Amino acid sequence: MKKITDAIISKTSEVILGKEQQIKLALACILAKGHLLIEDLPGMGKTTLAHTLAQVLGLQFQRVQFTSDLLPADVLGVSVYDRNAANFKFHPGPIFTNVLLADEINRATPKTQSALLEVMEEAQVTIDAVTYTLPQPFFVIATQNPSSQIGTFALPESQLDRFLMRITINYPDAASERKLLQSNGGREQLAKLSPVIDAKQLQTLQAACHDIHVSDALLDYLQAILKYTRQSAQFNAGLSPRAGLSLKQCAQAWAMLDGRDHVIPEDIQAILPSVAGHRLVSNSTLTGSVDNIAQLLKSVTV
Amino acid sequence: MASQTEAQINISKQAIIWLLLSLSITFTLYAFNLENWVPACFVVFAIWRYLIEKNNWAYPKLWLRFPLTIAGGIAVLVTYGSLFGRDASVGLLAVMISMKLLETRTKRDFVVMVVLSYFLTVNILLFTQAIWVFLAVLLALIGLTACLISVSHQTKQTTISPQIWKVQAKLAGKLLLQATPIMLVLFVLFPRIPGPIWGIPQDAYSGMTGLSDSMEPGNISQLSLSSKIAFRVEFKSAIPANNQLYWRGPVLWHQEGRRWQMTSDNIPLPTETIETSGEATDYTITLEPHNRNWLLMLDLPDIASSTLPAEAHIKHDMQVLSKEPIRTRIRYQGHSYLHYTLGAKLSEHERTLALQLLEDENPKTRQLAATWVSENKSPTAIVEAALRMFREQTFVYTLAPPRLGKEPVDDFLFNTKRGFCEHYASSFVYLMRAAGVPARIVTGYQGGEINPNGNYLIVRQSDAHAWAEVWIQDQGWVRVDPTSAVSPDRIEFGIGTALPDSNLLPLLSRQDYPVLKNLYMNWDAVNNGWNQWVLGYDQDKQLALLKKLINKDIAWEDIGLILVTTMIALMLFVSYLLLRNNGGVVLNPTNKIYQQFLKKLSKAGVTKLRHEGAIDFGNRAAKALPNQAIEILEISALYSSMQYAKHQASSNITNAPNQQTLSLLKQLVKNLKIK
Repeated sequence: MKKITDAIISKTSEVILGKEQQIKLALACILAKGHLLIEDLPGMGKTTLAHTLAQVLGLQFQRVQFTSDLLPADVLGVSVYDRNAANFKFHPGPIFTNVLLADEINRATPKTQSALLEVMEEAQVTIDAVTYTLPQPFFVIATQNPSSQIGTFALPESQLDRFLMRITINYPDAASERKLLQSNGGREQLAKLSPVIDAKQLQTLQAACHDIHVSDALLDYLQAILKYTRQSAQFNAGLSPRAGLSLKQCAQAWAMLDGRDHVIPEDIQAILPSVAGHRLVSNSTLTGSVDNIAQLLKSVTV
Repeated sequence: MASQTEAQINISKQAIIWLLLSLSITFTLYAFNLENWVPACFVVFAIWRYLIEKNNWAYPKLWLRFPLTIAGGIAVLVTYGSLFGRDASVGLLAVMISMKLLETRTKRDFVVMVVLSYFLTVNILLFTQAIWVFLAVLLALIGLTACLISVSHQTKQTTISPQIWKVQAKLAGKLLLQATPIMLVLFVLFPRIPGPIWGIPQDAYSGMTGLSDSMEPGNISQLSLSSKIAFRVEFKSAIPANNQLYWRGPVLWHQEGRRWQMTSDNIPLPTETIETSGEATDYTITLEPHNRNWLLMLDLPDIASSTLPAEAHIKHDMQVLSKEPIRTRIRYQGHSYLHYTLGAKLSEHERTLALQLLEDENPKTRQLAATWVSENKSPTAIVEAALRMFREQTFVYTLAPPRLGKEPVDDFLFNTKRGFCEHYASSFVYLMRAAGVPARIVTGYQGGEINPNGNYLIVRQSDAHAWAEVWIQDQGWVRVDPTSAVSPDRIEFGIGTALPDSNLLPLLSRQDYPVLKNLYMNWDAVNNGWNQWVLGYDQDKQLALLKKLINKDIAWEDIGLILVTTMIALMLFVSYLLLRNNGGVVLNPTNKIYQQFLKKLSKAGVTKLRHEGAIDFGNRAAKALPNQAIEILEISALYSSMQYAKHQASSNITNAPNQQTLSLLKQLVKNLKIK
């Protein structure tokens, strides 16, 4: 299993240069059956990452560019009257796919955002009293610009919570950037990329994730973290039970990517910034959430 | 709401049983010390409460509880005549606690009950301080603590697993055990106040037995029925022969009918020195409280060389008295001479006292004395004649003498001829006085029983004895024991051999049942140690011990300071112990070994940060100590997998690593050497 995941990671790395950590996190998120939010400035390779992952995993891929005039029907689909058949016919929207890339999700109006988020939760679409099930596996990779940018509708906390992970990509290091500049950009390679696994295999991997052993000692540590976030004055509100569950699932996926059959505290520490970062609201606005998480990790005894 | 009440029911079910069990122990102990109806009252209410619990009966309403409470208070008032004093107030507390059972159902009630019961249980020690009582009290305290534990552990389980009892009892025992250091510090250092405890009321001293300041035929034989211990003696040198062990108590001068009394006349001490010969005997007496002033000493005491309680003094007739009645067990050191000449000169005052007799009594006795005088016998010959009479006629030594008539001495000497030591001593002295020989009765104890386990002498109330002293020109006061003329065994071997089995002597003074006796002797040795080191730990001992420890004289005010300092130090130490172990978390065996590993690395300068995972730390340490990198990584990986991986079912209860893995880790850590 480790071989497969390693192959996925190295294949993706051929396109996204020098970002193995982010790739691993994104993959862990997918293995844990969660939706991924990539937050960064334009041009950092958010879209490329999403696209590459879909390609490598052998999944159907759809992309929607979110704008302020995008309507729910543009994402979900619409029923149109068919004059020949004399009835309404449903035209599925781009959401009927394995991987939906919701580009710049915070540019859309809250109405459209929430329509998407509802589907993310339920994995089905109901239009005109008819329920359409989405293909499996299904997950959303959303990208967003930092909310300080002009013309955005920031996702409220309740909706951020729908995303299992939020990651940032950051600037590449010098060597990777040089390599990137030497090539023609990722797009060209992306077209040539062959999938490593298919949808079925991905589902097997996802199922295997559940079998990664979580010991009592680890749950002690996990609970200590949850307790700390709830008791510390550092945070406005602590982590929810759902967040706790997410932490566990992601740690399991991370342990699997490391080729282990059990979760260790290091796994939790690795995924904690990505899983908890967007869920914790700091009390002081001066320190960033990354600092807060680091502080949190330092304060909880393994 | 429903689940809350359910939880409440479950608190009480277990807690009530703990409470009832512990209180049963307490009330069993009180059954020996309080009026019978008080423990009976507990039994009734305890059964009632148990049935409420078992059958889900309704708790009694206020209209029933209120009159019950009033009635309980009145009953105590009527029984004890007051609500104050030891017996009455403890009785009241006991009755009220019994009734409180009927309204004990919430958590708060239980906590109140347990605290009250702690108090009641400990109060038993105001009545008796024997070891077995102490042990029983301890047992009750464990039960009460377990009750507190079960009250605090609210579960919603409807069934009580049988294991939980054991777990809770164990935890309670552990808690008490943890309190032991504090108990010891308090015991050793808590300032002791000399004299009796302030608050102990007078009625605490009733029921103490011992010699009285007067003697009538029957007194001492009554006392002889008691196997209670009068005192214990440890000798510095060999224990003298039994017939030399005369423990001097009250000296009786004044005769009034059948009654002999001490004299209240203030006679100065003899001026001439007492001549002694032979080696002195040194010994330490642990005297049981008897609520009188006498300090018993081996005949003849030399109080100048003895270490007696403060303000003890000796009277002209060589009886040693303390200032206050002896109400707590005391210890003192005696210095006595077995061979002596006492009172070479007899003052007029003493001679008058020593010849005093009531007129017109016991004509036959006077007649007999008169014949001896008319025969011109010397005082020595008169003494001889009297002893010969006891020896040769059919006098019988018995614990159950017949009642004596109007002229007691006549009746005894010429009629019944059956008596106990007080009969012989008193009639002998009477006879002497009638014959003009100054004489007096000395009461005290004779003999004692050697406990081979501990090599000390036990003197019981059953060893109480009375003998005579006659004054003879040039010899002074000479001890004459008429009992020895009748029953030499009494003096040679003790009371057990002197009396036939049919007599009502206490079981333990008899000679049969050697196994029982041996058992008893062992037990008494334990008791003796208990008395000396636990109950007898008084101010003197405390100061002596501290002096030994600190090598400096200290006042008891300083002890308070030491006490507080020690307690603070002790608590700091305990906090350190708790904090060191990750805030009181109990480490499992795997973690314990891992801690050793961390200690080793820490010494080498690589300390694990508390938020660091084992693997991360292993990697860091391996980098810092490249020579041991392999071992460090191996241990870290093994530990991590032991701690977090799934294990083969090695033990049936928990998912714990098996013994082999554990010993492997141990071995690896042991072999890790860092230069």
